Amino acid sequence: MAVLERSYKPYVGRLSPQWSRFLIIPRDALRDVFRSKIFTGLFLLSFVWPLVCAILIYLHHNAAVLALWQLPLRDLVPIDASFFRLWIVVPQGYMGFFLAMLVAPSQVSRDLTNNALPLVLSRPFSRTDYVVGKMSIVIILLSAITWVPGLILFLLQSYLEGWSWFSQNIPIASAIFIGSLVWILLLALTTQAISAWVRWRLASRAVLLGVFFIPSIFSVVVNEIFRTEWGYLFDLQALIWNIWSGLFGQFQTQQTVIDTMGAEQIDPLSSSPPLWASWLVMFLICAACLALLSRKVKAYEVVK
Amino acid sequence: MPDTAASIKVSPTTNAGPPVIDLQQLSVTFGGRPILRELNGQLRGRAIGLLGPNGAGKTTLIHTLLGFHAPSSGTASLFGCDIRGDANQIKGLVGYMPERDAFIAKMSCVHFVRYLAELSGLPAAAALERAHEALFFVGLGEARYRNLDTFSLGMKQLAKLAQAIVHGPKLIFLDEPTNGLDPPARTRMIKMIREIRDSGEANIVLSSHLLRDVEECCEEIVILKDGRLVTYCNLEEERRANKKFLMLETRGDLKPFVSAVNGLDCEYAITGDHRVKLILQEQTEVRDIYRLAAQTNVQIRRLSYKRDSLEDIFLKAMENGSN
Repeated sequence: MAVLERSYKPYVGRLSPQWSRFLIIPRDALRDVFRSKIFTGLFLLSFVWPLVCAILIYLHHNAAVLALWQLPLRDLVPIDASFFRLWIVVPQGYMGFFLAMLVAPSQVSRDLTNNALPLVLSRPFSRTDYVVGKMSIVIILLSAITWVPGLILFLLQSYLEGWSWFSQNIPIASAIFIGSLVWILLLALTTQAISAWVRWRLASRAVLLGVFFIPSIFSVVVNEIFRTEWGYLFDLQALIWNIWSGLFGQFQTQQTVIDTMGAEQIDPLSSSPPLWASWLVMFLICAACLALLSRKVKAYEVVK
Repeated sequence: MPDTAASIKVSPTTNAGPPVIDLQQLSVTFGGRPILRELNGQLRGRAIGLLGPNGAGKTTLIHTLLGFHAPSSGTASLFGCDIRGDANQIKGLVGYMPERDAFIAKMSCVHFVRYLAELSGLPAAAALERAHEALFFVGLGEARYRNLDTFSLGMKQLAKLAQAIVHGPKLIFLDEPTNGLDPPARTRMIKMIREIRDSGEANIVLSSHLLRDVEECCEEIVILKDGRLVTYCNLEEERRANKKFLMLETRGDLKPFVSAVNGLDCEYAITGDHRVKLILQEQTEVRDIYRLAAQTNVQIRRLSYKRDSLEDIFLKAMENGSN
């Protein structure tokens, strides 16, 4: 049909499947964010650390190089659950936080500022599609730098170490995937909720930093005042740290101390909240974010 | 099998097929305050004007039909699809041009229209093609690569119209489309609305407080007042009904003339020295009046049909609604 044809015509062609339409939002947003050279540079930079880890894994299995450099690498950095947690999931998770901070704050706010939501929601596109679409921006972006390279490194290690290592350490792979996904979901929800309520981009970045770092200080104060460790339930970083530890099978609720007689005993004051408490609080935070989003993502706000 | 665009045909002003909009005791309440009160009616026109003073509930009615607000009681259907149960299907059939500024910042106009076309379900290539077509149709062809933030108010109105028609909807809701437009831009907008109406491919609901816009575009009108539907009429029929209402300007002695007219069972009123208002009976023709004038030596200098203008209809509706 000629572009210059100027008359009104109905559309009679094929329609895209309803389920796939939410993907239009991240596709469009990602095309937009990758126009920024700074962001593209940072994104590429976030693959440097997994590359270093890949080299470490490779060196572990290269006896000739280890012998040549006389490196006790196997003792210094054993490739186990701790390696995947502390060397891959945690640093990549924090990198993801900063990428989400750059990308996410303007996503919902720019639609709300210019009243674009009635245009979007007057189409066969629900509020859920919209929220899922907006969250997908962070989910796709952060997946590419967290669990995807994590699982590739896991497979690399399995390939070099052998089938038996792979079958024995399957829980590590699931911990990488689930742990990263929980972190990504938390970031996606909090960034979108903040974006919906704080329309100025710089302010919403500041709020995001505040949400993740100020409660850490608050939790330390609570812990000191009440001589407990339950204050960590206010701390998002501590919560995710607990969840990661739990998934990698390294969560400890109680610490041991050496008493005056030199014997190991459980420190009653160091009793941390159980793992389920961290999951529960995490769930409540996500639910609160969804409730905040649901209040704002509407075609029109009814002012009472 | 992939979905295809809905094949519901738009209804001309006839009673055949499902009505464009069927209101069934539709009520909407916000915070305990009724905004729409038990609206009833079957609207079938190709272009329906939605009139009413500010706060009458015009925009709320459109939003409710679009599924933005849930009805507190009653329901409505568009082309036979219920707004409660078939909201998604309805959204696939309608286009919406909101009253307020609505765009996505830092986005070119063609990108914006294509993006919304894709959200309506058009595949990427078709969406882009139709976005270009829609923008040429509304007259933004030359400006389509400019960012929406840089557009004037009139251009933003045109971009909003383009996004409302890009997916080829069967029913287009236009909420105050001429708001903020200068006279030439308003004329262009009205012309486009009439073109869409005359294409016969889409029904239009035009909400406006400007009676002239509605009069120029619409064949049916719905008048709302305080959330109530006070008038629903076909403008043309309304005018036809008043066709035999005559205004005469005469010269000569009126007495024998009016008594002769009275003999035809026509009501009359002398409104000035030489002016007479007549309401003709069904069987009486204008030539009978000329004949009587000739017989009674009265000159008819001017004869005009006095039709009810939309303004008269609107004012009458407002008066009746306040009773």
